[in-house]
Amino acid sequence: MIAEFGHYALVLALGLALVQAIVPLWGARTSDATLMNVAGSTALAQFIFAAASFAALTAAYVGSDFSVVNVFENSHSAMPLLYKFTSVWGNHEGSMLLWVLILALFGALVALFGSNLPATLKANALAVQAWIASAFYLFILITSNPFARIAQAPAEGRDLNPILQDIGLAVHPPLLYLGYVGFSISFSFAIAALIDGRIDAAWARWVRPWTLVAWMFLTLGIAMGSYWAYYELGWGGWWFWDPVENASLMPWIAGTALLHSAVVMEKRNALKVWTILLAILAFSLSLLGTFLVRSGVLTSVHTFASDPSRGVFILAILVLFIGGGLALYAWRAPLLKQGGIFAPISREGALVFNNLFLTSACATVFIGTLYPLALEALTGDKISVGAPFFNLTFGPLFVPLLIALPFGPLLAWKRGDLFGAAQRLMWAAALGVVALAATFAIQRGGPVLAPFGVGLAVYVMIGAIIDPIERIGLFRQPFAVAFARARGLPRSAWGTAVAHFAAGMLLFGVIAESQWNSERIVSLKPGESVSVRGYDLTLDNMIQRPGPNYRELVARFSVRRDGAVVDVLEPAKRTFPQRQMSTTEAALMTVGASQLYLSLGDIGSDGAIAVRLYHKPLVLLIWFGCIVMVLGGALSLSDRRLRVGAPKPARHKPSLQPAE
Amino acid sequence: MTLWFLFALMTAAAIFAVLWPLGRRRGLGPRGGSDLAVYRDQLDEIVRDRAAGLIGEAEAEAARVEVSRRLIAAADAAKPDAAPLAGATFRRRAAALAVLIALPALAAALYLKLGSPQLPDQQLASRATTPMQNRTLDTLVAQVEDHLAQNPNDGRGWEVVAPVYMRLGRFDDAVKARRNALRLSGASAAREADLGESLMAAANGVVTDDAKAAFERALAYDPKYSKARFFLGVAAYQDGQGSKAADIWRDMLKDAGPDSPWIGMVREALASVGAPSEPASAQQPASGPSAEDIAASEQMKPEDRNAMVRGMVDRLADRLKRDGSDLEGWLRLMRAYMVLGERDRALSALADARRALGHDTDKLRRLDELVKELKLEG
Repeated sequence: MIAEFGHYALVLALGLALVQAIVPLWGARTSDATLMNVAGSTALAQFIFAAASFAALTAAYVGSDFSVVNVFENSHSAMPLLYKFTSVWGNHEGSMLLWVLILALFGALVALFGSNLPATLKANALAVQAWIASAFYLFILITSNPFARIAQAPAEGRDLNPILQDIGLAVHPPLLYLGYVGFSISFSFAIAALIDGRIDAAWARWVRPWTLVAWMFLTLGIAMGSYWAYYELGWGGWWFWDPVENASLMPWIAGTALLHSAVVMEKRNALKVWTILLAILAFSLSLLGTFLVRSGVLTSVHTFASDPSRGVFILAILVLFIGGGLALYAWRAPLLKQGGIFAPISREGALVFNNLFLTSACATVFIGTLYPLALEALTGDKISVGAPFFNLTFGPLFVPLLIALPFGPLLAWKRGDLFGAAQRLMWAAALGVVALAATFAIQRGGPVLAPFGVGLAVYVMIGAIIDPIERIGLFRQPFAVAFARARGLPRSAWGTAVAHFAAGMLLFGVIAESQWNSERIVSLKPGESVSVRGYDLTLDNMIQRPGPNYRELVARFSVRRDGAVVDVLEPAKRTFPQRQMSTTEAALMTVGASQLYLSLGDIGSDGAIAVRLYHKPLVLLIWFGCIVMVLGGALSLSDRRLRVGAPKPARHKPSLQPAE
Repeated sequence: MTLWFLFALMTAAAIFAVLWPLGRRRGLGPRGGSDLAVYRDQLDEIVRDRAAGLIGEAEAEAARVEVSRRLIAAADAAKPDAAPLAGATFRRRAAALAVLIALPALAAALYLKLGSPQLPDQQLASRATTPMQNRTLDTLVAQVEDHLAQNPNDGRGWEVVAPVYMRLGRFDDAVKARRNALRLSGASAAREADLGESLMAAANGVVTDDAKAAFERALAYDPKYSKARFFLGVAAYQDGQGSKAADIWRDMLKDAGPDSPWIGMVREALASVGAPSEPASAQQPASGPSAEDIAASEQMKPEDRNAMVRGMVDRLADRLKRDGSDLEGWLRLMRAYMVLGERDRALSALADARRALGHDTDKLRRLDELVKELKLEG
């Protein structure tokens, strides 16, 4: 009964989404507040039903109800409880259900916390949100129904793809989806504003917190996915320029550009047309990512099942929303009045510069990802656009962007003083050069790129915090004064500084990892040793161990530094009989921000096992950078200005007070 | 019944969520925030920034002018909105009525098309206890596997684990185990026949050349070894030599002692090829197999048996239509069609399989192997 309950809840959610897609829009056309109010309650109810449906599927997984096809195909009764939860979204149907659940969640959040929005904007935005939701509910029900049943439940399930049986999977997809789907709100707001024909500085402020939330989750989701690939796939790489990764990177870049251009729109009423376009593009790229990953156009661990009918359906959704959005944009955008003017050297100018380079970088990734696919579809030729292409195009685009990054916050609105800003950045530049020289001296004949990268990273980090340091007068004023001023500084300014600082951290990690990475690939028998960067690893023994639904071959290594044992590493290879697959479990030893990475290969005929050993200096900075960046976003989000405009309850809702 | 009651409640809740805002008597004016609040706040912010010394006086003044201009424009735009609304009651009733009818109708139609209300949940806890036994079996197997990983030359261990693999459906492992047992503990009729049986299971019940060779080796050790004889009969039947199979089985019955446990099985097998248990001397032509032979034996089968086979094949075909990634299933389906003498269907199944398996060259190769084996194409 639980499964059927979930199925019916999903059907009802579709019904409610259809109501929400039509009635509020009608209300907005006729300025009927009552009809517009329907948007809020249906959005909430739709979310509740979607959540009930998701909960029902989860219950089926946890109870190993193999009469549900989806559960039978992706679960196993002996799987640890955690993975019974995560396997709900470790497959095509379940992950699409999660997708719409998050879509409904964002709609419900707008309904709950959007009281500062004008009624028409809110009604239209929720209606657009419901169009998207309806399309995806239909997609799920018709082509990928997670509640399909088998009359005779099989005794045992087919198990979850072993690669996905990992804690990383528990967190990565929900975060990524929160980001992907979060951009639907920006999209809905953009379409709503285009329908309404009123787009002004206030719009940018209303959209900004939603974009920021989506951007934060997407950042975390990508970082999480990258870390997961790093330790689970066993190759020691953290970014492969794999099309699936690129599919998530593109909306991120577009979203970052959107965040920055929305600031200009809010402050100066300028770049309106551009900002709306970015809002449409960010979500379009999210949809494109979903299409690429889900349709089976790309084969990867994410392609759970490729079925042409699904691909065609998603393609239709894609064409409908991207095409429809852009068509509406082309029709309405010329009506928008242009706002404030500004000199090229100004805060606005800097943000335009940022947008220019970010969109170029996004276009590069887009071409690098889609060109091979298009070529294969048209001519059948298979070419592979790999890391070299992206390193040669993406890298150079980011260098000027990073050089310009500290300038932005130091320039004034309208007309800035480039020379003044440069003077204030002297410290950052000087420290950057010192770092460059020091790196050169220390590494003596190491990679040429490393000193420049380190210099740039230091420059970005120092440059990012110069602005708040100057504004609070640290080092010039007594500490108490500086502290008081620091508290008075808008949180969004702190957010900017922290997020920009994090960009420097990230760069530092990337440079250190890619330039100083040291690698050993050897075959070892028990008793033999291998060393990397002063660490000596000895293979003590190999043992077989049974797990709950797998068996693993564990190799035990003791790590010695200067003769003393500092740690014991146990990389493993796991074999999952149900799927006849095996996974590698890398062992990591963290020292500061650096890591020792050890993973196992195959056992040779002579009993020696292949071992990949890496020393990755400062590699953790990559993910710490992402986390700090998100913290910056959170700081900015907590700024009171983003919540401004909410009507004070006492003034606007006297009639709702309960009579006590 | 409870289920339908639950559905009714859910539908009512959904309708309520729509009707509730429609039924509330609220002011007709637009509710919610407006851009005025944002611009007022921007003005306040300029004052704050100026007071904190974050911007100069001239910039503050310029910004104030700019925001004020926006504020005035927004205030002008907001005014005409408050006009009284005509037809509000009509719209409200129309929307309410439409939802009241359309929502349950749509939900019911879609659910009845897609759902399976008649199926109860079959959670693990409520199903029979077999999975619990399976689990202990799994751990036992894991222990034995551990033991064998450390002592790979323990022939006895391989012999113990092989039948367990067979029961668990891990036929490839069973073949490996039996080959090891054969190698380590020496050949015997029983071990050879067991190997043949595993090979046959791994090939979805088809007696492959390997399996046949194993059974023949077993008979070399013990010409009367019943398991090997029985399966050689099956092999003959699968090769289309129904009469030869019947002969083998009848010979077995002749040799059978009164308490041989396999008598029933052999009788059944004989019945399934449509031959009587007693030798029927000249009736069966001893010549080679032909399509007519198979057709004749098919006709002699009881109707229901035929229907049962048909049903199984249809179910398999149905499942493959939904999930085409199962290579073994396709192979089995094509073999089944060929045994039933439906070459056209086998050919169309082959086309479907090629489509469904797509670019998986490995699987396509195995498919081609089968095609050659069945002489399906050309």
